[in-house]
Amino acid sequence: MAKPTYGLAEKLDKATLVNMYRQLVLLRKFEERCAQQYALQKIAGFCHLYIGQEAVAVGTEFGITPDDYVITAYRDHGQILTRGTPPGPVMAELFGKVTGVAKGKGGSMHLFDIPRNFYGGWGIVGGQIPLALGAAYSSKYREDGKVTVCYFGEAAVNQGAFHEALNMAALWKVPAIFICENNRYGMGTPIEVSSAVTQVHKRACAYDMPGVYADGKDTLAMYEAVKAAADRARAGEGPTLIEADTYRYRGHSMSDPAVYRTREEVDQERKLDPIPKMRDWILSKKAAKEAELDAIDEQIDKDVEESIRFAEESPWPPVSDLYEDIYVDPIRQHGDMK
Amino acid sequence: MRELTFRDALNEALDEELGRDPDTFLMGEEVGAYNGAYKVSKGLLDKYGPKRVVDSPISELGFCGLGVGAAMMGLKPIIEVMTWNFAILAMDQIVNTAAKMRYMAAGELSCPIVFRGPNGAARSLGAQHSQWFEAQYAYFPGIKVIVPSTPADAKGLLKSAIRDPDPVVFMESETMYAWKGMVPEGEYTIPIGKGDIKREGTDCTIVAWGKALKIALDGAELLAKDGINCEVVDPRTIRPLDEEIIVNSVRKTGACVVFEEGWPYYNVGAQISDIVQRACFDVLDSPVIRVTGADVPMPYARTLEDAARPDPTSVVAGVKNALNVRS
Repeated sequence: MAKPTYGLAEKLDKATLVNMYRQLVLLRKFEERCAQQYALQKIAGFCHLYIGQEAVAVGTEFGITPDDYVITAYRDHGQILTRGTPPGPVMAELFGKVTGVAKGKGGSMHLFDIPRNFYGGWGIVGGQIPLALGAAYSSKYREDGKVTVCYFGEAAVNQGAFHEALNMAALWKVPAIFICENNRYGMGTPIEVSSAVTQVHKRACAYDMPGVYADGKDTLAMYEAVKAAADRARAGEGPTLIEADTYRYRGHSMSDPAVYRTREEVDQERKLDPIPKMRDWILSKKAAKEAELDAIDEQIDKDVEESIRFAEESPWPPVSDLYEDIYVDPIRQHGDMK
Repeated sequence: MRELTFRDALNEALDEELGRDPDTFLMGEEVGAYNGAYKVSKGLLDKYGPKRVVDSPISELGFCGLGVGAAMMGLKPIIEVMTWNFAILAMDQIVNTAAKMRYMAAGELSCPIVFRGPNGAARSLGAQHSQWFEAQYAYFPGIKVIVPSTPADAKGLLKSAIRDPDPVVFMESETMYAWKGMVPEGEYTIPIGKGDIKREGTDCTIVAWGKALKIALDGAELLAKDGINCEVVDPRTIRPLDEEIIVNSVRKTGACVVFEEGWPYYNVGAQISDIVQRACFDVLDSPVIRVTGADVPMPYARTLEDAARPDPTSVVAGVKNALNVRS
């Protein structure tokens, strides 16, 4: 296959390319261990793995700045890690421990890291899209120059929330980037069965905003698409819809054996895996030697192992936390009056 | 003090708070150029401009969600829903997002937003425009629910709601907007969670809020002619609920009627009844009586609609029942 050609990405320095690789490997290895810990019943509830889609989050992160806002749905482990949140508190949250990013109250679907501008972690399909609209609206209101990135799956575009939010985002030209992670299946339903228009970026014409197709298995292609959209948003030209063409190797969640697709299909997709693709690019550019990349792999194995140890050894939230954080100032609970 | 309509009292609250805090903005259908479907936002677009008073498309889920997202970032949106009937479309954003945000983020996030608009039945609007929603929202921990009954309360409570760091559902009633009442001059607020005795009495406590409060007071006047002196308690906020003011009144009178216009099943009256029977079991001579609307979707025809709505005579019957007095 011919090597893709890049514009902006050709200018990235060696350290950035290696950092991208490091992030990809972290997301992959972290989640492979999540699957294992889920099987061991250390992680409970719903657990939606991002394996296969790493290039989307990593490419996006390098296209924006740490000051920008990121909001996503329940497949959120990858996005929070790319924001720079250490794996320990993320794993601890999945374990339900008090050292987790939401003190054990959020779980896999509700991860937050406000100091790093990661605003969740939301559980209702499409429900986070109006929220992102509001975040971007706040930036326009305050003229703070920030951009809001909103991730959602391709099944979310059939929710009214998507239509309503994109209409208003374009109407008011808010600085938002809507990234549809088109992994082709909404749970077990293929996009062809649920959507009249399967090329999601084409829907942008309904809002008179750019609809951009990006190879979501290619970190650099994602970087370029997001960088262009961020520049556009910051220039006051409004939102962009990016369709990231991607694929998840696992089922919808850990309880889904994904029997609705063939092994051949998954094997075919694995040949387009973003990690060897990035590795090949780095080697071809002589940005790092094989041994350096191998050393990164080894270090991440240790980091992820350490995150499990941290989660394992952390305490459960005390029961006294149960009634904390419902309101800013606690109000009388029902039944106090005897 | 001067006499103001409910509508103008709310308008003053919005005006004062928009003037006080540049992080507040008003958004909703027709709130700007049209001056509000019920004229509550009259003049505000002219005064504060289109950045602060924003006409939205008819997209309740979308603009309520926008408000939640903006509040998450520290702005203080006031979202007008043209009626609470339409806000059903936005319920996901209010109860699944605004109400849960702080808890799921373990205190790292707040959602200082107000959703406000008319609640309850008007006249001959049929089943989809005549409904009561305070019980639905009050069900969810994480939101506050305010249902004012007088112009003075409405102004003071709305100002508190806008300044509150948590999401607040503020329910007016479209038939109340033209009602007049004495409103204090100048700056004042009313704390959320503090009820008010709207009529002192000794024989029976009537608990009512919002538009039903006036019907309860009219019922109390009818009862007074029969020598029955009722105390009318207005909790003013449904969540948090001033349990103390209700319980203290019932301990004084020994009898309790909860009166609301909404449906009987699983409503606010059921909750208050539970609180009263547990806290006042030793002083009650009869069960707590609940007077409600009929358990039917609201019909259009005047005869049927009248039969579906409780009125002052329903309050009279309820109190006589609670006091074991033959009508």
